[in-house]
Amino acid sequence: MPELSASGAALGALAAAAVFATLVRGAALALVYPLCAVAALVLGAVDLRVLLTGTELTQQLPIGLPTIGLHLRLDSLSAFFGIVVNGGILAASVYGMGFDRAKELTRRVEPLFPLFAAAMNLVLLADDAYAFLFSWELMSLASWALVVARHTDPESRRAAHLYLVMAAIGTAALLFAFGGLAGPAGGYAFDTMRGHPPQPMVAAVVLAAALIGCGSKGGLVPLHAWLPLAHPAAPSHVSALMSGVMTKVAIYGFVRIAFDLLGPPAWWWALPPIILGALTAVLGLLYAVLDRDLKRVLAYSTIENVGVIFVALGLALAFRANGQHEAAAVAMAAALLHALNHSWFKSLLFLGAGAVLHATGRRDLDGLGGLIHRMPRTAAFFLVGALAASALPPLNGFVSEWLLFQAVIAAPALPQAALHFASPAIGAMLALAAALAAACFVRVYGTAFLGRPRSAEAAQAHDVPLAQQIAMGGLAFLCVLGGLLGSVLATALAPVLGDLVGGGLPRAGSGPTVFSLVAFDPARSVYDAPVIALFVAIASLTTLVVVHRLSARRTRRGPAWDCGFPDPSPATQYTASSFAQPLRRVYGTAVFAAQETVVMPPPGDSQPARFSVVLVDHVWRALYAAPGRAVLGLSKRLNALQFLSIRRYLVLMFAALVILLAIAAVTT
Amino acid sequence: MTGDLLVQFLAQGAQMTFVLLIAPLAVGVVRRVKARLMRRQGPPLLQGYFDLAKLLRKESVIAESASWLFRSAPYLIFALTWVAAALVPSFASGLMFNWAADVVALVALLGAARALLALAGMDVGTSFGGIGSSREMMIATLAEPAMMLIVLTLAIAAGTTRLAGVADFFLAEPFAVRVSLALSLVALVIVALAENARIPVDNPVTHLELTMVHEAMVLEYSGRHLALIEAASHLKLVLYISLLICLFAPFGMAPASAGVTGWLIGLAAWTAKLLFGAALLGLWEVSIAKMRVFRLPDFVGIAFVFGFLAILLAFLTRGVFA
Repeated sequence: MPELSASGAALGALAAAAVFATLVRGAALALVYPLCAVAALVLGAVDLRVLLTGTELTQQLPIGLPTIGLHLRLDSLSAFFGIVVNGGILAASVYGMGFDRAKELTRRVEPLFPLFAAAMNLVLLADDAYAFLFSWELMSLASWALVVARHTDPESRRAAHLYLVMAAIGTAALLFAFGGLAGPAGGYAFDTMRGHPPQPMVAAVVLAAALIGCGSKGGLVPLHAWLPLAHPAAPSHVSALMSGVMTKVAIYGFVRIAFDLLGPPAWWWALPPIILGALTAVLGLLYAVLDRDLKRVLAYSTIENVGVIFVALGLALAFRANGQHEAAAVAMAAALLHALNHSWFKSLLFLGAGAVLHATGRRDLDGLGGLIHRMPRTAAFFLVGALAASALPPLNGFVSEWLLFQAVIAAPALPQAALHFASPAIGAMLALAAALAAACFVRVYGTAFLGRPRSAEAAQAHDVPLAQQIAMGGLAFLCVLGGLLGSVLATALAPVLGDLVGGGLPRAGSGPTVFSLVAFDPARSVYDAPVIALFVAIASLTTLVVVHRLSARRTRRGPAWDCGFPDPSPATQYTASSFAQPLRRVYGTAVFAAQETVVMPPPGDSQPARFSVVLVDHVWRALYAAPGRAVLGLSKRLNALQFLSIRRYLVLMFAALVILLAIAAVTT
Repeated sequence: MTGDLLVQFLAQGAQMTFVLLIAPLAVGVVRRVKARLMRRQGPPLLQGYFDLAKLLRKESVIAESASWLFRSAPYLIFALTWVAAALVPSFASGLMFNWAADVVALVALLGAARALLALAGMDVGTSFGGIGSSREMMIATLAEPAMMLIVLTLAIAAGTTRLAGVADFFLAEPFAVRVSLALSLVALVIVALAENARIPVDNPVTHLELTMVHEAMVLEYSGRHLALIEAASHLKLVLYISLLICLFAPFGMAPASAGVTGWLIGLAAWTAKLLFGAALLGLWEVSIAKMRVFRLPDFVGIAFVFGFLAILLAFLTRGVFA
């Protein structure tokens, strides 16, 4: 199999790059990125070939655990996620080629980057539980080390600590899930697991464990707390990989377990992903619209998108359990396309945030502004990403959102009452999430790129090197192209959909034009992005020509009008905080118990007024802070056990022995 | 769409042109009705056209801190709104565009126009632009989910998300009062008021700074750019009235198979209904006061709750899709 050998060679090249980078220092580290780009191209090409030809590659190697060996398999699902992963790696590598060789390369980042890339590819290739968990851990640890690269910053250390704890919990849960799948016989190869689906009760436990394991990596509420800290703490091109790509590997893990290994689904499997996903989508954006850190806002938006994908996966499970393969295919296509689209626009946005950080040294929204004048290219690319992330047509984010709404509308056909009651609520929450996403990205773009600069750094910003512009431009192009040719992408998904849900979307060309995206039936739902885009383009160009013909074309630059009292100070602009104020009042009071306090000095006093906002994160309080305190308190108490006399230790041991004997006597 | 492609194309073009041309008149009717009910003379019915012509003739003053986004946004906003308006079946249900995008895409197109307008509002970097944008997006987060619930309800009832399909369904269906549809109607009216910046959500004639929403966003625009923004907001009003007509009072609309005569009848019926709707809006606006900005969540929230009840009923009385 030449394809798998090519993949293997590319993975070997990544490993060699990692080793090479640990040995050299200085400018030679820059060689890592071209190597990674080439490896990602090769891996992506193999994935694309496998996906398009519908072949399936397997390989067994006598390394790894004895009696198990190493099973590798590249099927349509792995290949699809491989395209997602390697596209992100390629963009991040090209971005990395633009780094300043004298200043921006360190041995804390560059050796780990190829390792991280290789680990993510390995997760997709793994065909037994051991290989899966091994590469999953490798991926977690590599990304953890990248998060802690700037270890002098206490924020980074805190983020890395939390990430390590959550990654450990996640892997433990996955270990449990694979244990359940392997069953008492202990068949750890995925093929064996597929052959012996577990009992219903065991399946429920496996599903819960998979949700915890993959959900914690993807940022599913309430396991999300580490993500908005860790993703922004890493260098920006690594943030792009973590947010755009690693969350997709988590989704892959869930899809692999729930749709492939766990056997035929029961309808109620759909409820946890749907409910948690919808909560995640809305909560993620509520965090995002209130946060003031550019990269953290993007990380929160990642949480939202992961939630949307989980809703789609849940719907696909529900439809599949009821034998409605057509609807299941629509929901599954929505999930997979959203994974692909999100990887493009979120990588783009994180690279853009990296460019802003590079140019200004700041990522607080209230210190930026006016960058559209000084970083025109980055601003244009970021705008494409922001509009795509807001799920606006004709960009790619809307395509998957549209498919998802079609799946929600089909939900009344499900026979279960619980899903009946849940579906309208899900539809409402998805619509709320879409509207909040638009508000969130208008706020981000409006404060960072538009308006007037709010700091000296923002006023002196400059655009980034060409390689970084190429990386962002390529992703922006994909966002546009994916939006226009969503139907082509959906057609390419056919083998994956067939494997996972046993159905497919209507064939390409069944709609009015070749590029019509059709759900179910052309008479029922059609979205034709190229036609819409064409008409918007024609309408705007016609308007441009006509207006310029009809109007006096005089244009004058003058001071801003601002109701007659323009204030030259940039501090009078709306900031990210003031933009969020209406949203905070409407949603924040209910969700975060937001409280605003204004302290006004008495009349005649020249002291400034003070304004402060208090937000309460209930999830953090209840699920992280409280158990953390409990563990700490318990360990303080148990600490006394370390200072006992020998006599007391002997008594303790004797007591333990007696108790064990008593238990043994009772049970036998 | 085979032999008479040209006729189809012309009919579609006619609809686009007609929607564009009648929009200022509809706004004129609203203003006129309001003025007469307040016992004022009121502006002439054609004042909307005069205003647009005047704005086109004037020079455009652009703030020094404005970027290319500020200058190009009006054209895109106008085009997006125009295409969205053309997607709503007006006088015939079988026109060319009606397959190209369904009602979900329609809502999203309007969302794109709104996002661009909000961005343009923030571009100059004034406090008023920001206040308008932030409030507009806040209102949108309330109105858009309600809108989505309404369209999903109708889609479930009709078995399709294509607007033309929904209109055909209600044309064929014998008239009957359905609770879920009645709730949807109320919700859609509230959403339409919110989206078009009408009283009680916003006041289109006010320039009192602290209550402005839409006007605050477009404060920096002048000349031809302002003309385009104004024309887009006129189009949006026509779009929403058309949408209400198409979904809740489609009688008179020419079915897919109708010929030119059917289209002419449909056109007359649609124009009459549109102007009647505009008059009703005028009546509504004089009979209610504008609300404080932070009372709006309650008002638009009603639309959300009604929309949710409607979709819940639609889900429970399923059977169309089964």
